[in-house]
Amino acid sequence: MLKSRLIPCLDVKDGRVVKGVNFEGLRDAGDPVACAKAYDLAGADELCFLDITASHEERAIIFDVVRETAEHCFMPLTVGGGVRTIEDVRKLLLAGADKVSINTTAVKNPDFVREASEKFGSQCIVVAIDAKTVSPGKWEIFTHGGREPTGIDAVEFAQKVVALGAGEILLTSMDRDGTRAGFNLPLTRAVSDAVTVPVIASGGVGELDHLVAGVTEGHASAVLAASIFHFGEHTIAQAKQHMIDAGIPMRL
Amino acid sequence: MKLAIIDYGSGNLRSAQKAFERAAYEAGLAATIELTDKPEIVAEADRVVLPGVGAFSDCMRGLTELPGMIEALNDVVHKKGQPFLGICVGMQLMATRGLEHGTQQGLNWIEGDVVAIEPSDPALKVPHMGWNELVFDGGGTVHPLLRNLGADHAYFVHSYHFVPTNPDDVIAHVDYGQQLTAAVARDNMLGTQFHPEKSQTLGLALIANFLKWMP
Repeated sequence: MLKSRLIPCLDVKDGRVVKGVNFEGLRDAGDPVACAKAYDLAGADELCFLDITASHEERAIIFDVVRETAEHCFMPLTVGGGVRTIEDVRKLLLAGADKVSINTTAVKNPDFVREASEKFGSQCIVVAIDAKTVSPGKWEIFTHGGREPTGIDAVEFAQKVVALGAGEILLTSMDRDGTRAGFNLPLTRAVSDAVTVPVIASGGVGELDHLVAGVTEGHASAVLAASIFHFGEHTIAQAKQHMIDAGIPMRL
Repeated sequence: MKLAIIDYGSGNLRSAQKAFERAAYEAGLAATIELTDKPEIVAEADRVVLPGVGAFSDCMRGLTELPGMIEALNDVVHKKGQPFLGICVGMQLMATRGLEHGTQQGLNWIEGDVVAIEPSDPALKVPHMGWNELVFDGGGTVHPLLRNLGADHAYFVHSYHFVPTNPDDVIAHVDYGQQLTAAVARDNMLGTQFHPEKSQTLGLALIANFLKWMP
């Protein structure tokens, strides 16, 4: 049977990992390729790079990072952050990304999702949705790191981008991101149940039980986390074993 | 050994090339792994790999638009009998027909259709994406491609699947509300629906098996 996926995410700025990864034996915790190799060895199911480089001049660095990672890690790699044009998608795929995640551009111009998926195939187009609870059972999309409300309903938007060709949804609970209080489970469940494609739950993981809840209560196909792995609190293997013990089928 | 990976504009093949290089190196095999869009190189290769991502029709068109490539493939695979491996849509192209966005003709090397995955359980998502456990077919005789893989899960991402007319052509499947073909084999031809180049240790072991395979 198909297993649930556990995906560590690395924030990369100017070619360096922000919030360094604390792995035993890893000499340069800021090197994204070294971190990717460590997660590959650790048995992560996929990897995610989020490029948070602000300056335009430095944005080309991510292509080199992706290129080098793809030459060493034989596992699926999703790359997102600042993807604005079809050319951006093409360049990331050519560098070796398997999937490209589109965020603000999809909100501003949903038809971009159609264009990208027609050109490159739905299998490689992920739409990243950042949402917050605005009233019980209502979630709104926010952009610019959760600061800008859009008035767009998250569940409706998810259905819309799937109809346009998105092959996967990366759903971040913005009211949970960084809180370590766990995923926004009602949001995760509402979106997962509303779309036919896999949903990756993200934002708020502080302990291993949160990963379990993302799948069992949030109905997510995959769970994404950053800090609980980077700081060495938990290994990928511990997290997977914990999820297996809770009855979730995982690949060990 | 000269191995040709056919580059017909279907996605990035650099990681596939690197995976074949790594597997050859780890298996102690001297192999040149070349990405190529030239039929003359394919025709002279000792082994041929046909990758593919995206839609069946786009991939078939990409292959057809390389002048002489399908003839070169028929020559190297059928006349010379060199080992062939199709990956993902590259495997689906071996079918008679693809039923994605209308009906498209495939290479018709292994009879059958490529059809949409339609799980009856709405909790099962499409694309079928992630790690699924391979179940070997063939009544106790595991195909040489699948021996000693050291792991049992492979990475899949697809919305259509290959249903060969003759079930004996299927050497492995996965369960996803229904049985999905994971790997096919006939004579010197192999195909995997999953991505060996993305399947970590299992993938590298399978690639090494393909490199050593003497059909």
